[in-house]
Amino acid sequence: MKLGRHFTYIVGYVASMMLTLAAYGAVTGQWLMGRWLIGGLVVLALVQLVVQLKLFLHLGDEAKPRWQLMAFWFMLLVLIILVAGSLWIMYSLNYRMTPEQMNQYLIKDEGIHL
Amino acid sequence: MSVLGKLTLNALPHDPVTMGGALSMVAAVAGLVILITYLRRWGWLWREWLTSLDPKKIGVMYLVVALVMLLRGLADALMMRGQQALSAGSNHGFLSADHFQQVLSAHGTIMIFFVAMGLMFGLINLVVPLQIGARDVAFPFLNSVSFWLYVAGVVLINLSLVVGEFAATGWLAYPPLSELAYSPGVGVDYWIWSLQIAGVGSLLSGINFFATILRLRRVGMTLMKMPLFVWSVLNSMVLVIFAFPILTATLGMLALDRLLGMHFFTADGGGNPMMYVNLIWAWGHPEVYILILPAFGVFSEVVATFSSKRLFGYTSMVVALAAITFLSFLVWLHHFFTMGAGADVNAFFGIMTMVIAIPTGVKVFNWLFTMYRGRIRLTTPMLWFLGFVATFTLGGLAGVLMAVPAIDFELHNSLFLVAHFHTMIVGGVVFGFFAGLTYWFPKVFGFKLNERLGRYAFWFWLVGFLTAFIPLYILGIMGATRRLDHYDASLGWQGLFIVAAAGIVMICIGVGFQVLQLAYSIWKRDENRDTTGDPWDGRTLEWSTSSPPPEYNFATLPPVNVRDPFWAAKQAGQTHPQPAAYQDITVPKNSPLGLVIAGFSFLVGFGLIWHIWWLAAVGLLGVITTIVMRSLDDETERIIPSREVAAHEEAHA
Amino acid sequence: MSQSTTHSTAALDLKTTFGFWVYLMTDCVLFATLFATYAVLRGSTLGGPGPHELFNMPFVLAETLILLTSSFSVGLGVLAARQGQQARVLFWFGLTFVLGVAFLAMELTEFSHLVTEGNSWRRSGFLSAFFTLVGTHGLHITSGLIWMLLLVPRIFTRGLNAMMVRRLTLLSLFWHFLDVIWIFIFTVVYLFGVAR
Repeated sequence: MKLGRHFTYIVGYVASMMLTLAAYGAVTGQWLMGRWLIGGLVVLALVQLVVQLKLFLHLGDEAKPRWQLMAFWFMLLVLIILVAGSLWIMYSLNYRMTPEQMNQYLIKDEGIHL
Repeated sequence: MSVLGKLTLNALPHDPVTMGGALSMVAAVAGLVILITYLRRWGWLWREWLTSLDPKKIGVMYLVVALVMLLRGLADALMMRGQQALSAGSNHGFLSADHFQQVLSAHGTIMIFFVAMGLMFGLINLVVPLQIGARDVAFPFLNSVSFWLYVAGVVLINLSLVVGEFAATGWLAYPPLSELAYSPGVGVDYWIWSLQIAGVGSLLSGINFFATILRLRRVGMTLMKMPLFVWSVLNSMVLVIFAFPILTATLGMLALDRLLGMHFFTADGGGNPMMYVNLIWAWGHPEVYILILPAFGVFSEVVATFSSKRLFGYTSMVVALAAITFLSFLVWLHHFFTMGAGADVNAFFGIMTMVIAIPTGVKVFNWLFTMYRGRIRLTTPMLWFLGFVATFTLGGLAGVLMAVPAIDFELHNSLFLVAHFHTMIVGGVVFGFFAGLTYWFPKVFGFKLNERLGRYAFWFWLVGFLTAFIPLYILGIMGATRRLDHYDASLGWQGLFIVAAAGIVMICIGVGFQVLQLAYSIWKRDENRDTTGDPWDGRTLEWSTSSPPPEYNFATLPPVNVRDPFWAAKQAGQTHPQPAAYQDITVPKNSPLGLVIAGFSFLVGFGLIWHIWWLAAVGLLGVITTIVMRSLDDETERIIPSREVAAHEEAHA
Repeated sequence: MSQSTTHSTAALDLKTTFGFWVYLMTDCVLFATLFATYAVLRGSTLGGPGPHELFNMPFVLAETLILLTSSFSVGLGVLAARQGQQARVLFWFGLTFVLGVAFLAMELTEFSHLVTEGNSWRRSGFLSAFFTLVGTHGLHITSGLIWMLLLVPRIFTRGLNAMMVRRLTLLSLFWHFLDVIWIFIFTVVYLFGVAR
């Protein structure tokens, strides 16, 4: 048992280290380009996220009911909605208006003239 | 830069209207201090209330502050509608344009953050631990910190009336108007820091009650046996937990723009003002559900009790709450359909907005089906419920209408919108909390409120509300925009504005009756004493203990194996099981440190508003030191000996 | 807390850990907001320098590995605490503290370089978002360090009792969480920034 716990930390540490170096190498060594590079970096970051959640934060190890795990899943859902939604909305707005037009619009829209 | 930053004597009010407001505020506070001193009540106040960690006492303090703030917000409303009733054509009313915008911004901010949120957390503190059969909340000290941070926000926002000015930028302070270029004064800073401090308090409360409900329920009370009020609070707290950090970050970025010259939302510095609008509504839409869900929970309890029936469709109620909670994160763009997003974006958020009306509709039908064939008692809480059904349905339909982006383009920014959200928040949230206050009042204080005066108050509120806001729907369709301090006489709007103002006066009479009801009920309390602990023939655990409940809530923790456990116990004739022997009970000790933390947070806020950097640093250091002091204290609990418990229980048997 | 009759230590652990975990979830949403803002403002350099010109990648990699190592050492520290090995607890938490200070010092060095070269947060929307996102993480690291500084020396006066182990566990959760956030700062801000 004692060895087991230490072992998870060592595995987590080594894996995170390798994933970090792989991501770094992919960018500076130009192993991948453009869209493939971005995709690769996202995958590496997500794998490292799972490794650390599981091996460092021990997510999912609690006794049932697993409220921590459920809180985490719901947070992830909100996070995805917030980030993806904001980017979608802002892309759509930026596509149609310059920041200066936005300013003019907002001042008019607020109906307050200072 | 002077030692006091931007603060000089010029910050004190000059013009007569502001001066009047400031003087009445100062007089009220001074009067209170003198009264307490005269009655020699400071020690009692400190020991029994200000330092208490008992959620029932914290709940009462929330209610007191929130109701006082309701009066302040109401005074603002009266001023605005008065101005609009007068200010047509050559008459310019009694408020300057800038002052009108300050009053308007204060009204919105106070009503949402310091009235609705305060009433909500007050009720939650009073009721949730009792309903789940617990003796306390998960983190009693944190609860006190939350409350006092809320009070610090209240003090800060009211201080703006006396020292300096308040924001004139509306309740959400959109940039660029809220940026330094347009609002160089301290008004927006007061807005930012009062909300930031109170908002952190709300966030901590959210965590606290989330953990309380999930971890401290009585053994046997599985999720699907929880009372619906607890379910609604659980969902509301989920929204608090995941929405309030967005507010914290957004206010933080606006503050950084103003304090450090950053460019998050300044278009000419490379920022993007629309991002602020996007983020503030990503918090703002969940916020309205944070307020309405507990009100739904109150109605679920009230309708079941006063129909003497089990709530109809319990499972569908729970599913509807969960659906609303999830969907409320998917509709925020409907607040800015007209800002220029593409048809795909608008269509998606429009459809989501219509979808969220479905679970809400499910709930309304379930309440009505609960009443069907019930033995209905038309008490005041029930009247508030019926008033809610009428107004909320009206406002909800207006909402679904505006969910169609094409229609929203016509109605955006008009008084129709103002009428819509007031119908939801007054008709939904405020009526709901009034129902809850009347319903749980005897539990908290040990005597009922006077029914007759309560009915008068209700009718004045309901009729006044409709008189005040139906004209606004019509004015909105006629083209009247919000935030209007003056309009042309030839538009023909003045008549409707006068009707609306008359409506506000009627609401004020309603509030007058509520004050009277409270005073009269206290005076005649011995006639309405609740000696049984169960004045309404209730169904849930809070009615199984004495009114008011002892500090430890339950001498022996009640067994739970069904929904509506107290009702089941009454049916079985086993309401007050007598244990062989009472046991010692551990409760948290009083602590003044929550108040101290909030006091230092107030200094941080005040320092940042006026650029008094040393004061902000002192405040921050104070906060940290106080937290460390608290963590060093190992003796945070005290024991109520079993003989005291036995004595109390025998007196109330 | 010592003579508590109603809550056992285990129940208190469960409640406190859960509450703290929920707080960490709220902090994730706070960071998500800052990440979203950064992503929106990434291109708003206003003619000023962008990520390519500003970031010193080997330096950032070193920062990243230091923080990762500190996340490892804090984990071993908590394991030692659970086993009551006081000397090891002091060693691992001491190491974590040193690594944390090194990380913070490197971050401040990066910031001061940027500012002295005229690329402060006032320069553009992009730089405001960069300083705020990375700086908020840095503020969290600072609070973690202060927490460590105030908590760990108390082992000398009070020993490794149940409350101490609980508090060390919470601290380690916080520290691991900050490393998780840093994975995304490293990826989204730095690696995406210089990717071609």
